[in-house]
Amino acid sequence: MLDITNLHATVGGKPILNGLTLHVPAGEVHAIMGPNGAGKSTLAYVLAGRPGYEVTEGEVRFAPSPFVPSEFEGRVSTSLDTNEKGEALDLLALSPHERAAAGLFLGFQYPVEIPGISYLQFLRESLNSQRRARSEPELSGAEFIKLARSQAALLGMDAEMLKRPVNVGFSGGEKKRAEMVQLGIMNPRFAVLDETDSGLDIDALKAVGAGINRIMRAPDKGVLLITHYQRLLDYVEPDRVHVLAAGRIVRSGGPELARELEREGYAEAAA
Amino acid sequence: MTAPFPTHKQEAWRYADLDALKPVWEQFAEPVTLTVASGESLEKIWLSTSDDVQLRRVRLALGEGAKARIFALNIAPVYGRIELEVTLAEGADFALFGANVGTGVSTNEFVTTVKHVGPGARSRQTIRSVLGGKAVGSYLGKVEVARGAQQTDGEQSIKAMLLDRGATANCKPELEIYADDVKCAHGASVGELDAMQLFYAESRGMDPASARALLLEGFVMGLWDGASEPDTIADAARAALRRVVR
Repeated sequence: MLDITNLHATVGGKPILNGLTLHVPAGEVHAIMGPNGAGKSTLAYVLAGRPGYEVTEGEVRFAPSPFVPSEFEGRVSTSLDTNEKGEALDLLALSPHERAAAGLFLGFQYPVEIPGISYLQFLRESLNSQRRARSEPELSGAEFIKLARSQAALLGMDAEMLKRPVNVGFSGGEKKRAEMVQLGIMNPRFAVLDETDSGLDIDALKAVGAGINRIMRAPDKGVLLITHYQRLLDYVEPDRVHVLAAGRIVRSGGPELARELEREGYAEAAA
Repeated sequence: MTAPFPTHKQEAWRYADLDALKPVWEQFAEPVTLTVASGESLEKIWLSTSDDVQLRRVRLALGEGAKARIFALNIAPVYGRIELEVTLAEGADFALFGANVGTGVSTNEFVTTVKHVGPGARSRQTIRSVLGGKAVGSYLGKVEVARGAQQTDGEQSIKAMLLDRGATANCKPELEIYADDVKCAHGASVGELDAMQLFYAESRGMDPASARALLLEGFVMGLWDGASEPDTIADAARAALRRVVR
């Protein structure tokens, strides 16, 4: 579903990703673990298309089937057999909002504050932009509020918070919970979650873990879970665990690899 | 007798559109005086009309422990000027939330003098400007702290966004302090939209133009968060922004 091949990327001219290859099939959750500075967040930003994160080599194919938005038809690759229908997008050729419309979601490690704009307005505008791009009908104000309320409730978040400006005055944990409410509202095909577990207490961690399972555990969806620690993986059992070091995947394994890393540290496990 | 017509040499009129002002000067020559008695509070929302030239010249006196909040939208098509001289007695609390939104060849400005006369008073001035075309938006603001006005807490936060190369923002926060135990902060910036906020909005599905428009809206709309009935001024500000951000 997400196929990253030999990805090289630089930030400010400095090489961060050095030939990263990773395949996440539909229906799977993959965890990426690694020490500070390994390139975990860079990978997340490159996938979402953050300006300044420059890809110098390699490719990323994204197969968000069953739907492919009509506006992306021209960019659909026909020569690859990366998914069941041969509908793989050249992800890196799309701008960030096109990637979102195609079904990619980035959960931010540090969710951004936007004073003066309520969460409801921000998310409704975002969701309807995506829906327009996919030629789907837009949601009315009432329909959207209903959706937002139900998603907030499922994450144990007070829906009143969505009337407040985006992330302004939110605690670290509230911001992460709000990212998961966004995940529920956008209901993407593929989620890249960058250290969604940092800053969470145990209750919030459980709620977020349950949210990820509820929203993203499906045969036609995929998740790339970026984390430092084993603890989130107690709630979201990964199908595969990869160790990222110095900009490439140095080791891959099953869920037991995460426990081994927790026990022995990255230096030992990656050696 | 009408007050003498101002000139550009006077600091407070430095960026004014005097040609536009001249024909209507007589009706604005004398400031209006507002007084808020001790312990009382006042909230004012100042909207713009459709007149080419609009001036508000107000002297505002706050008694001990009095409170005043002013929300002002300055969007005159040719020349808009909001001029405030505020006097704060002991423990008074004054806040101004103002926006200049301009396009074409308009000039809109806030010119304020805030005088902390008694101790322990607080003043907050927050001005946001969004300027396109060849518009000019200015803030000239002086905070004066008198001898003996200890524990004064004064703050000026002035930010402007220029959407076109021909637009101009003038920011001039000034402090004149004659007491030694005071807190006076001021910050001014003229800039671009925050790149991380833009990326966040785009990563959620907004195209760059929509994201930009939304962030500009937020830049201004945050001003009205504390108003008891913000809807009218928020709607007017949104409509003005739509004319500037196309």
